[in-house]
Amino acid sequence: MVFTGFLWFSIISVMLAIYVVLDGFDIGAGALHLFLGRTDAERRKIIKSIGPVWDGNEVWLLATGGVLYFVFPQLYASSFSGFYLPLMMVLWLLMLRAIGLEFRTHINDHIWASFFDVIFSVGSLLLAIFYGAALGNIVRGLPLGPDHYFFLPLWTNWNVGAHPGVLDWYTVLSGVVVLVALLVHGANYLVCKTDGDLHERARTTSLVLTPVLLVLTLVSLAATLAIHPGIVANYNTLKIGYIVPLLVFVSLIGIFVFQQARKEVLAFVCGGLYLALMLVGAVYALYPVILPAIDPQYSLTIANSITSGYTLQVGLRWWIIGIVIALGYFVFLYRMFRGKVTLEDGGGYGD
Amino acid sequence: MDSAVLIHRLHFAFTATFHYLFPQLTMGLAPLVVALKTIGLWKNDERYNNAARFWAKIFGISFVFGVVTGIPMEFQFGTNWSHFSRFAGGVIGQTLAMEGTFAFFLESAFLGLFLYGEKRLSKLAHWGTGVAVFFGSWLSGYFIVATDAWMQHPVAYSVLPDGSVTLTSFWGLLLNPWAIWQYAHNMAGATVTGSFVMASIGAYYILSGRQKEQGAIALRVAVIGGIIACLLVIGPTGDGQGRNLVAYQPAALAAMEAHFDTRTADLVILGQPNPENKTIDNPLVIPKALSFLSTRDWNSQVRGLSSFPETEWPTNISLLYYAYHIMVGLGTIFMLITLVSGIQLWRNKLFESRWLLWIIMLSAPLPYIANTAGWMTAELGRQPYLVYGLMRTVSGFSKSVSAANAWFTLLGFLGMYTLLSILFLFVLQREIAQGPVEDAAHAAEVK
Repeated sequence: MVFTGFLWFSIISVMLAIYVVLDGFDIGAGALHLFLGRTDAERRKIIKSIGPVWDGNEVWLLATGGVLYFVFPQLYASSFSGFYLPLMMVLWLLMLRAIGLEFRTHINDHIWASFFDVIFSVGSLLLAIFYGAALGNIVRGLPLGPDHYFFLPLWTNWNVGAHPGVLDWYTVLSGVVVLVALLVHGANYLVCKTDGDLHERARTTSLVLTPVLLVLTLVSLAATLAIHPGIVANYNTLKIGYIVPLLVFVSLIGIFVFQQARKEVLAFVCGGLYLALMLVGAVYALYPVILPAIDPQYSLTIANSITSGYTLQVGLRWWIIGIVIALGYFVFLYRMFRGKVTLEDGGGYGD
Repeated sequence: MDSAVLIHRLHFAFTATFHYLFPQLTMGLAPLVVALKTIGLWKNDERYNNAARFWAKIFGISFVFGVVTGIPMEFQFGTNWSHFSRFAGGVIGQTLAMEGTFAFFLESAFLGLFLYGEKRLSKLAHWGTGVAVFFGSWLSGYFIVATDAWMQHPVAYSVLPDGSVTLTSFWGLLLNPWAIWQYAHNMAGATVTGSFVMASIGAYYILSGRQKEQGAIALRVAVIGGIIACLLVIGPTGDGQGRNLVAYQPAALAAMEAHFDTRTADLVILGQPNPENKTIDNPLVIPKALSFLSTRDWNSQVRGLSSFPETEWPTNISLLYYAYHIMVGLGTIFMLITLVSGIQLWRNKLFESRWLLWIIMLSAPLPYIANTAGWMTAELGRQPYLVYGLMRTVSGFSKSVSAANAWFTLLGFLGMYTLLSILFLFVLQREIAQGPVEDAAHAAEVK
C-alpha cells in the first residue's frame, strides 16, 4: 500500500507538472499579449502560435483533476470545497480567457478585437497570479478541522496565522513569483514561434525578467523557510533532494545563457524545467502529506486519503494505456504545428 | 427545505443545463459533418467539402462554448458536492478521469487539425481527423452518461469500512444496463438537435433565396439524419429507458406519469397533476394505454405512487411530470416533422414546400427544450436520492460552503452565462450570414 500510494502521488505530480509546463506557456504568452503585440498582425501571430494547442494543454488539468478525484476522494472533496471562492474565480478566468482567445479572430472588427485582447490578456495574467496563490496556500498550510474540511475566505488580515485567508502576504508573493515565471516561459515560447520585431521583443522580455525571477525565487524560498522552518525535514532525511533546488537555479541561469546565445529552443526547455523542478521541490518537501493542515494532526496524507483496492489496480491499467495514447497525440499535434507562425498560410487562427 | 442544499442543487442544475446546450449540438452535428465530408471525398464533390467546412465551423463554435462551460462541471463535484465526492469518488472519479484521458485528449488534439489543418494534411488524413473528433465527442458522452447511470442505478461497488464506496468491477461500471440505454437515447436525442439545427439553417438559406445549393445539401443530409435519429429516440432507446425505469425506479416512473393509485392505467397526454387529491385536472388520456406500454397487457394493474412510502417519492412531482410530458410531446412532433419532410424530399418537392420550410426553420429551438426536459426527467426522477437507494441528496452537498457563498457564485454564473449566450448568438449569426460559400463564389453561383 505504501508503494501504491507513492506511485499515485508521483503520477499525479507528473501530470500536474506537465499541465504547468504546457498550459504555462500559453497563459504566459496570453499575459504578454497586450504588451508584446504592438500591431494587429503581431497580436494575431501570438494567438495563432497558441491557438491549435491551448485546449489540449488545458485537458491536462481536467485529466489530473479526474485522477486526483478517484485516487484521493477525500483530498478532492476537502480542497475543492475549502477553496470554493478562489476556484470559482479560476473557472471564470479560464472561461473568459478561452472566449477572448477563440473569438478574437472570429469577428473581423477592430473594436471587438481590442475588447477580446483585453479579456484574453487580463484573464491570463490573473490566472497566473491565482495559480501561484493556490500553490502558496498549500505550502503554507490550511485550517483543516478534525473532519478534514475547511473553508477559506478570500482574505482576513493578510498575515500568515491561525486564521488565514486565501490571500496573505505569503500567497500574494507566490502569485507574483508564478506570474513572472509564466511570463518568462511565455516569452521563451514566443521567441521560438515568431520572427521579426515580435521575436526580438519577446527575447528582450525574457532576458530582463529572468534575473527578476531569480531574485523572486530566492525571496520566496527565504519566506517559505521563515514561515515554515520544518519544510526542509524531507530534504534533511534524504539529502539527495537538495539537488532539486540546485537544478532550479541551474535551469534559471540556462534560460538566460541560452537566450543570450540565441539558442531559443534550449532556453524554452530550461524554462519548462524550472517550472517542473519548482513543483518537484514542493512535493518533495510535502510527501507524504498531500494537504498540510496548520494543526499537523489534521493534515491529509496519502494514507488517510487514498481510496483502496480494486479501484487503484484497474485505474493504473487504463491510465497507462490512456496516457501513452495521449502522449502520442501530443507529439503528432506539436509536430504538425511546428516552426514559426506566419499569417500567410491561411486556415483559422489569425486570419 | 434546508436552503443550502437547494442553492447547491440550483447551482448544479443551472450550470449543467446551460452546459448541455452546446455538447448536444456538437455531438449531434459530428456524424452529419462526417457524412458531408465522406460524400465530398467519395464523389470528389467540392460542394460537399464546402458544406463540411461550414458545418465544422458551427461545430467549432459550439465546441468552444462546450469546453468552457464543461470545466465547471467536473470542479463542482468537489466544490459544491464534497460529501458526495468523498463517498463516491472511488467509483465515479474513475469514469470522469477516463473521459479526460481517452476522450478530451483525442478531441482537443484533432479538432485543431480538423478545423485549421486542411492544407497541411492529405484529403484522407483530413477526413480521418474529422472521424477522430466525432469519435472523441461521442466517447466523451459515454463516460458522462456512465457516471450519471451509476448515480441512477449503482452497480459494481462495495462499501468500505469508512463508509465510502469502491469499485468491484470495471466492466460492470462501464456496461451498466442503465448506461447503455441512456447513452443510446441521449445520443439519438443529440442527433435530433444536430439535424434540426442543420435543417433549420438550410431552410433559411432556401427561403431567403441565397446559398440555395448549400441550403439544399444541408436539408437533404439533415432530414435523412433526423428521420433516423427520431425513430431511434422513440423506438428502441426510449422504450429501453422506460423498461429501466420499470425495473429500477418504479417510483420515478409513477411520478412521471402522475399515476397515483395502483390500477389499470390510462396514458395521460395533457393535464395538470394534483398530488393532494391524487388526480389529474383537465385530463386528456388514452384509456388503459399505460397498462399496455408497461406490460403489453391492456388490463394489467400498474403500481401507483401511493404504494411507495412518501420518503421515496421524487421531491418535485409536478415538475418531473411536466418535464417528461414535454419531452415525449416534442419527440412526437419531431417524428411528424421529419417524416413529412422525408416524404417531400423523396417526392422532390421539399425545396418548393415553403410552408414546410418555414416550420423546419422555426423548429430549431425545440430539440434543445426536449433534450433539457429529458435530462430534467432523469435527474428529478432520481430524487430524493443523489445515488439511487444509497445516498440522499441532502447528505451530499458541501456543508462547509454556506448558502450565501453558493448564491454568490450562482449569481456570478448567471451573469457570466448571460454574457456567453449573447456572444454565442452573435458569433453564430455572423457565420450564418456569411454562409458556406464565399461571396465571390456565391455571386458566380447566382450567374
